[in-house]
Amino acid sequence: MKKRILALLLLVSLLGTVLSGCGDGSTEQAPENGQTNGSTDAGTQGNAITVGIAQDLDDSLDPHKAVAAGTKEVMFNVFEGLMKPTSEGDLTPAIAESYEVSPDRLTYTFTLREGVKFHNGDTVTAEDVVYSINRCAEASETGVLQVEAFSVIQSVEATDDHTVVITIAEPSNEFISYMTTAILPADYDQQDTAPVGTGPFKFVSRTAQDSIVMEKFSDYWGTPAQLDKVTFKIIENADSILMSLQSGAVDLFAHLTSTQVAQLGSDFNVVESTMNLVQAMYLNNKAAPFDNEKVRQALCYAIDKQEIIDLAFDGYGSPIGSSMYPAFGKYFDDELSNYYTRDVERAKALLAEAGYPDGFSMTITVPSNYQPHIDTAQVLVEQLKAVGITAEIQPVEWGTWLSDVYAGRQYQSTVVGVDASNMTARALLERFTSQADNNFINYENDDYDALFAQAQACYDDAEQTEIYKQMERNLTEHAANVYIQDLADLVAVRNTLDGLQTYPIYVLDLSTVHYVQ
Amino acid sequence: MKQNNYLRTGLFLTGVLAVLICLGFFWTPYSPTAMNGSEKFLGPSLRHLMGTDNFGRDIFSRVLKGAGTTAGIAFCTVAIGAVCGTAVGALTGYFGGIVDEALMRFNDVMTAFPSILLALVFISVLGPGSKYNVILALGVVFIPSFARVTRTAFASLRDVNYVKSVRLMGAGKARILLVHMLPNTAQILLPAITIGFNNAVLAEASMSYLGIGVTPPDASLGYMLSEAQGMFSAAPWYALGTGFTIVLLVFSVGLIGEGLQRRGKEVA
Amino acid sequence: MKFAAKRLAMLLVTMVVVSFLTFAAFSVISGDAAAAKLGTEITPERLAALQAEMGLDRPLMVRYGEWLAGFFSGNLGTSYSYQQPVADLIAPKVLVTLCLSFLSFLLIAAVSIPLGVWSIRYEGRTGWFWRFWDIVRTVFNQLCMAIPPFFTGILLSWLFGILLKWFVPGQFPELTEHPGGALRYLFFAAVSIAIPRVAMTVRMLRSTIISEMRKDYVRTVISRGNDRGSVLYRHVLKNSLVPVVTFLAQTMAEIVAASIVVEQVFGIPGLGRMLVASISNRDYPVVQVIVVILAFWVVLASTLADLVNQQIDPRLRLGGAK
Repeated sequence: MKKRILALLLLVSLLGTVLSGCGDGSTEQAPENGQTNGSTDAGTQGNAITVGIAQDLDDSLDPHKAVAAGTKEVMFNVFEGLMKPTSEGDLTPAIAESYEVSPDRLTYTFTLREGVKFHNGDTVTAEDVVYSINRCAEASETGVLQVEAFSVIQSVEATDDHTVVITIAEPSNEFISYMTTAILPADYDQQDTAPVGTGPFKFVSRTAQDSIVMEKFSDYWGTPAQLDKVTFKIIENADSILMSLQSGAVDLFAHLTSTQVAQLGSDFNVVESTMNLVQAMYLNNKAAPFDNEKVRQALCYAIDKQEIIDLAFDGYGSPIGSSMYPAFGKYFDDELSNYYTRDVERAKALLAEAGYPDGFSMTITVPSNYQPHIDTAQVLVEQLKAVGITAEIQPVEWGTWLSDVYAGRQYQSTVVGVDASNMTARALLERFTSQADNNFINYENDDYDALFAQAQACYDDAEQTEIYKQMERNLTEHAANVYIQDLADLVAVRNTLDGLQTYPIYVLDLSTVHYVQ
Repeated sequence: MKQNNYLRTGLFLTGVLAVLICLGFFWTPYSPTAMNGSEKFLGPSLRHLMGTDNFGRDIFSRVLKGAGTTAGIAFCTVAIGAVCGTAVGALTGYFGGIVDEALMRFNDVMTAFPSILLALVFISVLGPGSKYNVILALGVVFIPSFARVTRTAFASLRDVNYVKSVRLMGAGKARILLVHMLPNTAQILLPAITIGFNNAVLAEASMSYLGIGVTPPDASLGYMLSEAQGMFSAAPWYALGTGFTIVLLVFSVGLIGEGLQRRGKEVA
Repeated sequence: MKFAAKRLAMLLVTMVVVSFLTFAAFSVISGDAAAAKLGTEITPERLAALQAEMGLDRPLMVRYGEWLAGFFSGNLGTSYSYQQPVADLIAPKVLVTLCLSFLSFLLIAAVSIPLGVWSIRYEGRTGWFWRFWDIVRTVFNQLCMAIPPFFTGILLSWLFGILLKWFVPGQFPELTEHPGGALRYLFFAAVSIAIPRVAMTVRMLRSTIISEMRKDYVRTVISRGNDRGSVLYRHVLKNSLVPVVTFLAQTMAEIVAASIVVEQVFGIPGLGRMLVASISNRDYPVVQVIVVILAFWVVLASTLADLVNQQIDPRLRLGGAK
């Protein structure tokens, strides 16, 4: 009998240890409101927030090496170039105070701002600028990605401590937009893991699969950041995102789905902007049956963009009709969005003409970590059923998608979003020229190639814009892809915070975010 | 004693589920993939027994279909595991020695080797999106546990008198193993199969939860449950409906196992 | 001594085999670290160049030999994704997963053994109440076995995280800085891992003890007028411990596998999440080390079980009496 009591006592005490061991943290853990749970570090709570991000920064943190959109998005707060994008989509001088273009449009003279400091305390010199631009132009260093547009650079020279002169081989309307390339200190080799830039926030630490911490850079040349500390918390499991917001673990989360937003409750405000990408069912133009233009057009007639947006995105999102999204303003042609409207009979007729009167079977490859694309594909499958096409979704890992679909071009169709690396139409349209090495849909159209060459040779902005629009129309008319939408970007912001600015590019600027007094 | 009530109840519940699942292959109240924008996130009602999801799809229909997928995968997995495992177990149990030692090490290796990686290997070899990847990957993972169970059975039968006498009568090894020993391991093998089935259901659900497995818009219970987690506030019935279907499926088969085991004990 | 040497050799062999299989698996699956690094900047030329630079174009055996040599000289390599030494990257994750596993194991052992023994005491009693009790117990046991850990995880984090606010899902406190808070967080994850396993252990314990109770020596002792309970504690329990310890060791190995999924549900930065992420990044230096750690863990569990069993049952010290 005694032993039994002993055993019970043992059990109770064991459990007790566990629970009481857990009890210690109770006071600091219980979130009463948004302000107290920004950080686990009790010392700096006053002005700190936690931002949830869905992808780990499992990349090099060196801005010249990083490729993941998620990494660039976060590191936007740390790095700046000579120029900097504004929230309106224009460019504003950053590390450069001003620049001049010679009349022949071949020489750019940048005057550097006085007293711009790197996070390590050094002052930015012309030498650093020359180093950074040469680094991207030559790409001799391991892993640094060459910026294609820099191939026109003939020379980069520091004429004095505050002046950098860049000479290019042929005039270009777009050259200045590439000057957003990050400026790095010349004699620093730890960028991969401990990056140093000039932005409003400085990098503090990264814990793999867990978090990235940044602090306000007090020597920032411009308007300083209003928050003292930002912790980016990695929540890769899409299913726990909502829970982390509701529990108070996270104060701000971008790129939410409409379903998640609908469940947020009154603690959050939702800031709506656009993701700035071209979501489409991209078709391999060399794989049967999509090598037949009629089949591609039939697909375009078979689907209903608005229905996709309503079903999978609760109405958030803007329909598009070509490889251009509305944020691009002058290049965007709204007419193309309605070029194809759902017409089942016409789709069936086109299929019959193409030799598929009874439809066919196809596969849609989707990267499995992007729920919006999987959701879109699910609606597409339903819509295609109506015209007799049996589509099957194949979720693949991102790594597999990159090597098999994007680089290997071994696929029939895929639903993804393609974005622009900078604010130029070229960034979106060049990839469909037949020789482009990122033309993953194998689009080959002589008119299109000719138009692109024409656009590159054209220095008049209005004329060039017109040519780009013709290129967009070309893509639409030949049904290069089944264009769907520019996804809405829904950002949840705890209602104690304000001041978030959204950009027409894929970045998350936290320098203006502040607590409401 | 009426211990076989467990077996009976288990068989009954499993039977009901099996009928529902089979029905699901031919008929569901709604098409499991049909979407309806005006019926998103409806609560459970007579029209939609388990409510609707974010696409307005009928969850009950999806659960029926999904349970079929899950149960099918689990069934095939166990079949692979049981057949191969018994073969390995018979050989090692009967012959012992170095083969036996090797099996135990193989066991360790299999336990340590991440099954996700194994699944990815099959996906790369067989092409993505195929159900068979999951079945094969899980099947291989299940071999060692069956081998372990049957090994003990065969080892203990090896020196039993009737086997000795059959051996003396000059029966071939294959004949001894298959005809004389195998039927006598059923008492151990059958409960092991029911437990294996349950583990397979849970393993498939976990794999789908991690994003490797059945492809949408088809559903398996695990995949649906992972989707449902993100909608818990808007549609708790989604997570509860799918979650408890998994529990019910595993529970019913578990009862059969319980009954089988109790019957075994009474005979012994 | 001989035993220890044999065990050590087995451990080494298992780890080498597992690591080689992992390496081989990576050569089969599509996509590699170079592709993952290039992302959408990928072109066939760039890919080939980067592969050459990272040494990925060399034959499998050469790369494996290099890795193995590095591993045994204490150099775990550098992560392709994070550009950080694997050892630095993994150490905090190992700690978290170890805590989670131990906590789960502790829960399983602390709950299931007393519960199992307790449930035996009334075994064999007759009367409607005990028969009814047996049914309730069995059904409850089966139900607990049927609950997938991640389903429990979802329910627990919703109930205790969102409704009761006992912990903050998604905000795992730094283990070394806030051990109390972290353990509290891990406790809920451990419960979801433990529930089905407690049920299995109780069931296993019961059937072992019951079959032991039916043995002749027990019947003899009881027929001599000894109290059932004291026989249970004095003789039976000790004799049925061997299979139970073996079972618990197996459980210890399985807990780690279960924690992979549960870490995802609770957002715990442990080995499991690291493993899943590294596999999809094709970051094999990291995957290799994690897999080797898992192998070590599995072999360690069975070694420990053997050692404990030898202490319990001296016959086993002869290297397997039967």
